Amino acid sequence: MTATDTLKARYPHVWRRFTPLETAKRYAWFLAIVLAVVWSLRNLDITWVYLLDAHIQAADLFTRMWPPDWTYWEAVVDPLLETIHIATLGTIVTFVIALPIAFLSARNTTLNTVTWSAGRFVLVASRSVNTVVWALIFVAIFGPGPMAGIWAIAARSIGFMGKLIAEAVEEIDRGTVEAIEATGAGPMKVLLVGVLPQVLPVIYGTTVYRWDINIRESTVLGFVGAGGIGIELYSSINQFRWDEVAVILIAIFAVVIVSEVVSATVRQRIT
Amino acid sequence: MLQISDLVKVYPNGYRALHGVSLTVSEPQIVAIIGSSGAGKSTLIRCINRLVEPTSGSIALDGVEITRLGRRELRAMRRRMGMIFQEYNLVERLTVMENVLSGRLGTVTFWQALRRRYPPEDVAMAFELLERVGLSGRENTRADALSGGQRQRVGIARALMQKPDLLLVDEPTASLDPKTSRQIMRLIRELAHERGTPALVNIHDVGLARLTADRIIGLKEGRLVFDAAPDALSADALTEIYGEEDWSGTVDDADRRRGKGDGEGDGAGTAREIEAEAFAG
Amino acid sequence: MSAASGRAAATEPPRQWKAPSLVANPLLRYALWALVGAYLVWSLGTLEINWPRVAQGLPRAGDMIARMFPPDFSRWELLTRGILESLQMAVAATFAGMVLAIPLGLAAARNLAPLPVYLVARGLVVLSRTFHEVIIAIFFVKIVGFGPLAGLLTLIVASVSFIAKMIAEDIENMDMGPVEAVRATGASFPKLLLYAIQPQILPRYMGVSIYRLDANVRHSTVVGIVGAGGIGMTLSASFKRYDYDFSLAILLAIIAIVFIGEIFSNWVRGRLK
Repeated sequence: MTATDTLKARYPHVWRRFTPLETAKRYAWFLAIVLAVVWSLRNLDITWVYLLDAHIQAADLFTRMWPPDWTYWEAVVDPLLETIHIATLGTIVTFVIALPIAFLSARNTTLNTVTWSAGRFVLVASRSVNTVVWALIFVAIFGPGPMAGIWAIAARSIGFMGKLIAEAVEEIDRGTVEAIEATGAGPMKVLLVGVLPQVLPVIYGTTVYRWDINIRESTVLGFVGAGGIGIELYSSINQFRWDEVAVILIAIFAVVIVSEVVSATVRQRIT
Repeated sequence: MLQISDLVKVYPNGYRALHGVSLTVSEPQIVAIIGSSGAGKSTLIRCINRLVEPTSGSIALDGVEITRLGRRELRAMRRRMGMIFQEYNLVERLTVMENVLSGRLGTVTFWQALRRRYPPEDVAMAFELLERVGLSGRENTRADALSGGQRQRVGIARALMQKPDLLLVDEPTASLDPKTSRQIMRLIRELAHERGTPALVNIHDVGLARLTADRIIGLKEGRLVFDAAPDALSADALTEIYGEEDWSGTVDDADRRRGKGDGEGDGAGTAREIEAEAFAG
Repeated sequence: MSAASGRAAATEPPRQWKAPSLVANPLLRYALWALVGAYLVWSLGTLEINWPRVAQGLPRAGDMIARMFPPDFSRWELLTRGILESLQMAVAATFAGMVLAIPLGLAAARNLAPLPVYLVARGLVVLSRTFHEVIIAIFFVKIVGFGPLAGLLTLIVASVSFIAKMIAEDIENMDMGPVEAVRATGASFPKLLLYAIQPQILPRYMGVSIYRLDANVRHSTVVGIVGAGGIGMTLSASFKRYDYDFSLAILLAIIAIVFIGEIFSNWVRGRLK
C-alpha cells in the first residue's frame, strides 16, 4: 500500500495523450473539415430526389447492356488500335519535348532564373489542364481526328513527366557532377556524362508509366472528336445501343488491364 | 609551379573559410594539408580549380592567373588539374571504362562523348592506367558494383587520364578502411612521383600524412600555421594546428614506421592508427 | 609518361573499346530498332489523319490565339460560379471517398480479409480504376440526369477506388509485428484496427487523401464536358460558341486554382510529416 501511495504522490492520476491545447487544435481541424464539406453540399445545386430512383435506372441500364452484342466486335478492333496508337505516339512526342523542359525546370541544370520560371510555368500549365480539355483545343486547331488526340496526350503528359524528371534531376549526387566539372568538361558534357546516367532509370520508368496512363486517357478523347474508341462509345451511347456499349467497355477493360501489366513488368525490370 | 598568395574565401553566409593563405609548390612533391574539420582544407583545394570561387587573392599555375580566367579558359585550366575525391564521385551507373575516359571529356567533342568514341590513344592510355591501378579486366564492370577501394582506384585513373600538371586530392582515404587507405595513398604517391606531378592532398590521418608526404602544411581556422618536412611535425606543431592533446602516440608511431621504410598495414599499427585518428578528429 | 610507354612496348594495350550495349546480342538490337521503325510506319500509316486539314493547323492556331487575347473576365460571375461548383464537388467527393475507402481498403488487403471478400473488393477497385472518369460520368448522367450530382458521384467513385487501393497496399506492406502483439493482448478486431493498424497507415492515408483532393479539383474541371456539372460545362460551352477569349479566362482560372491547390496540398503534406 505504501508503495502505491508514493507512486501516486509522484505521478499524476490522469494520463492524456494530448495536452488541452493539442486537443483543441485537433477538434478545430475536424470542425474545419466538416464545415467545408457541409458548405460544399449545401451550395451544390443538387436535386437529391434523383438519387431515389437511381438504383432502378442503373438496373435498367444493366439489363439493356446484357447480353452484349458480340457481333459488334469487328467494328471495335480498328478504333481500339487507333486508341493505342494515339497513346503510344503521344508518349513518344512527350518524351522528346519533356526532356529539355525538365532540365530547364530543375534548379541545378537550368540556365538562369528566367528559363527556370518559364520551364516551371509550362509544367504547371500542362498539368493543370485535363487531357480532354487539351483535346478540345487541339480539335479546334487540327480538326477532328487522331492528330488532335496525339497532341492532347502529349500536351498533358509533358507536365507529368517533366515534373517527375526535374525532381529526379534535383536529387542527383552533386559530387559526381563536381568530379566531371573538375575534368574541364563544358555544361553540355556535364549534363551528358554526369547528370543523364543518374536519371536515366527515372526517365524510362516515368515514360512507361505515363504510357499506361495515356492508354486510359485516350479511351475518352473521342468524346470531343479527337479520335480513338471514344467516338464509337459516344455514338453508341447516343443511339441507346447499350448492348454495343457493353462490348466497347469490355474491350477497353481488357486493353487497359493488359497495358497496366506490361507497364508494371517493364518498370520492375528497369529498377 | 603553383603559387597561391593571400587567398581569402568568404562564403555567402558570411563564414570566413580562408584568411589570406599563401603557398608555393615549385617541385613535384606530395604536399599533405592537415588541420581540423572546418580549418579550410577542402575550400583551399576547391579554390584552386574554382569549384569554389575565391573571394580575393591570387592563384597561379605556371604563371597563369586562375582567379581571373573566363569560363572557357577556366575549363581549359581544369583539364590541367586532376582531382580525386573523398566519396570517389564516380558516375555509378556507367562502366569503369566510361568513368576513366570521362577524364578526357575536356578534349573530345560532345558528339564523341555521346557516342563513347574516344581517340585510340586515349583508350590505350585508359587500359594502361587501369592495369597500373590494379583493375585490368574490370573495364566493363559498372562502377556501382565495385568496393570502396576499387572505386577510388577508378577515381585516380580518371584524374590521371587528364595528364595533369597538378593533382588535387580531397580526403582520398576518409571513407576507406586503414589498410586500403595505405594502399591508396601509396598508389597516389607512386603515380605522382612517376609522372613528376605535384599533388596537394587533404588528409585527416596525421600518421598517414607523415608516412606518404614530402611536405606537410598545417591549416588552422583558415590560416597557414605549419609548413615543413614531415620530420619537423613535432607534438608541439600538432598542438599548434589542432589544439592541446597528448600527441605521443601519433608522433612516435609514425616515426617508427617511417624508420621501417614502408608502411604495410599490420594489425597492431592499424589499431594505433585508428586511435590516433580518433584523437586527431 | 616514360615509364608508361616503356610498359606499353612490352604488351600493347588495346586501342579500341566499345561501351557494352544494353542489349548484348547485336542481331536482337537491330531487330528491336527495326521493330520500332516498323511500328512507327504502321501506326502513322493506319491512323486516319486528314493531312490537308492538319496542314491548316498552324494558321488556325494563330487565329485561335489571336481570338483568345485578351482573356475576357467580364463574365466573372459565371466563371466564379463554375469554379466554386467544381471546388465544392471536389471537397465533398474527397470527404465521401475518405470515409467509404476505409472499409473497401480493409477488405482489399490480403493479409486482413478472407479470400472471397478480398477478391470482390479488389475487383471493384480494379473495375472503377480501369474506366476513365469521363466514362463513369456519362453513366451517372444517364442514371441521375445532368448536373453536379452526376459529377459528385463520379468523383466519389474515383476517390474511393484510389484511396482504397493505397490503404490496401499500405496494410499489406505494414509491419505485422505490432498486429501480432496487439492480438496477443486479446484485443478484438476493432481494437486491433485502432491500436495496430491505424497508427501505421494514418500518415499516408492523410497524405493520399490530400493528394486526392488536389486530383479531384483537376478532374472536376473535366466531368462537366459530358454534362456532369462544374466549370467544365462552362468551358465546353464557350468552346462550342467559339468564345475563345472567355475560354482562355476559364483556362487561366483553372490553372490558378490547380496551382493554389497544389501549394496547399504540399503545405499540408509537409506538416503531416
